[in-house]
Amino acid sequence: MSDPLENLKTTPYTGFHKSAGAKLVGFAGYQMPIQYGGIISEHKAVRERVGLFDLSHMGEFEVSGSEAEKFLQAVTTNDVSVLEIGQVQYSCMTYEDGGIVDDLLIYRLEENYMLVVNASNIEKDFEWLSEHLSGDVQLVNHSDKISLLAIQGPKAQLLLEELTDFDLDGLAYYRSTREEVAGQELLFSRTGYTGEDGFEFYIPNDEGDFFWNALVNAGQKYDMALIGLGARDSLRLEMKLALYGNDIDQKTNPYEAGLGWIVKLDAGPFVGSDALARIKKDRPTRRLVSLVLEGKAFPRPGYKIFEGTEEIGAVTSGTISPSMGIPIALGYVPRRLSKPGNRVEIEIRGKRFGANVVKPPFYKKPADSKAE
Amino acid sequence: MNTPADLKYTKDHEWIRVLGDIVEIGITDYAQGELGDIVFIEMPEVGGAVTQSEPFGTIEAVKAVSELFSPVTGVVEDVNSMIEEDAGIVNRDPYGEGWIIKVKLADPSQLDDLLDATGYEEMVEGI
Repeated sequence: MSDPLENLKTTPYTGFHKSAGAKLVGFAGYQMPIQYGGIISEHKAVRERVGLFDLSHMGEFEVSGSEAEKFLQAVTTNDVSVLEIGQVQYSCMTYEDGGIVDDLLIYRLEENYMLVVNASNIEKDFEWLSEHLSGDVQLVNHSDKISLLAIQGPKAQLLLEELTDFDLDGLAYYRSTREEVAGQELLFSRTGYTGEDGFEFYIPNDEGDFFWNALVNAGQKYDMALIGLGARDSLRLEMKLALYGNDIDQKTNPYEAGLGWIVKLDAGPFVGSDALARIKKDRPTRRLVSLVLEGKAFPRPGYKIFEGTEEIGAVTSGTISPSMGIPIALGYVPRRLSKPGNRVEIEIRGKRFGANVVKPPFYKKPADSKAE
Repeated sequence: MNTPADLKYTKDHEWIRVLGDIVEIGITDYAQGELGDIVFIEMPEVGGAVTQSEPFGTIEAVKAVSELFSPVTGVVEDVNSMIEEDAGIVNRDPYGEGWIIKVKLADPSQLDDLLDATGYEEMVEGI
């Protein structure tokens, strides 16, 4: 029988995943590891030690030219003009009506910008950006040439110190640099999607073997685990980090999604800024909230949210928090119910479970976890 | 694939251990591997009725939820209370400590409908 995955793209690390016993699934056109040893143990490895992620499915675009900054200012919601060289910015692109095209990271590098976009949106984003190109700007999609590995967890810096002489204490959160790692120059940043300290490495595909082996060897000392997309999802969810396709999409706007902090209307105009100005003034009608369920229940995307007999929204992401062992969810509810302390109900296979709106993040690091 | 020869199986990936007129029911090693980390299982009440091929509970794994289908018709004799404390035992020991329910058979001839270990393995290999 033919393997349904065999027509999908691989990453430079697919062979390593297979030998490590990963369960591979199709995701955004790639064969990606959903888990190795088990989602819960992988999740805990990142919270307690350090984990290695293959995120090569993510997209990387290069934006260059004398009007690159002006272009990015006109197509993203955050203020690109404040970026220093090496700085990284979380932002999003919106349609004219304020709906989200994608969320992304913008790297200001020495001579150009790098945009890191969601794997499932690479083609859509590239087309959308191309439609808005103007002036002296070049947009190039390098997604098929650049791979992305991340190490995340309280031991991430100790691990990377084994591989570089560069003083990592000098690299702040959301800053990038190009330094020697294992003797070869590499672009990396102190960024991540887990709530833990960590680094992301942008690796040319043909150097993938070299850096994978370097990170795996250095990781042995710290009992590093390989982490699949399953634990990546539960790690980001415990921090209330939005996932495109679940919590945000073209039908949601940044304000209702709790991403108003990356919308800088003063830095506009940008595509969608008129609509977002109106939404901000009128205030969004609903909000993405963090919910903790009462009792034994597993909230999943699409489950309906009720207030009394009235259906008021739906779950967009949910899990049993591996760190805390309690059911947690994100979902949209009317603004009047969005403050912490409000109580709603979630229907799971015909049964209602109480759910309390809480202040995010769900998971708060123990104060002493970085010590030792 | 671990498929003990002394058990019977269903195409829904349950195993059945026949203990006289009582059967013990669990999920196969293949099933637990496919489900991944199991976080809890909704089980029927002791004394309740189950019907062959009808759902009797649900398994919530981190990745997905799936239904449990009863291989036989009968009355629930016992449920594994250890699962309430730690559903992970179904991942760790699916054929032993991770059994799910015991059912008193209404019609022992239903056992003839079940697969043997070889039949089950052949079915899984065809997936």
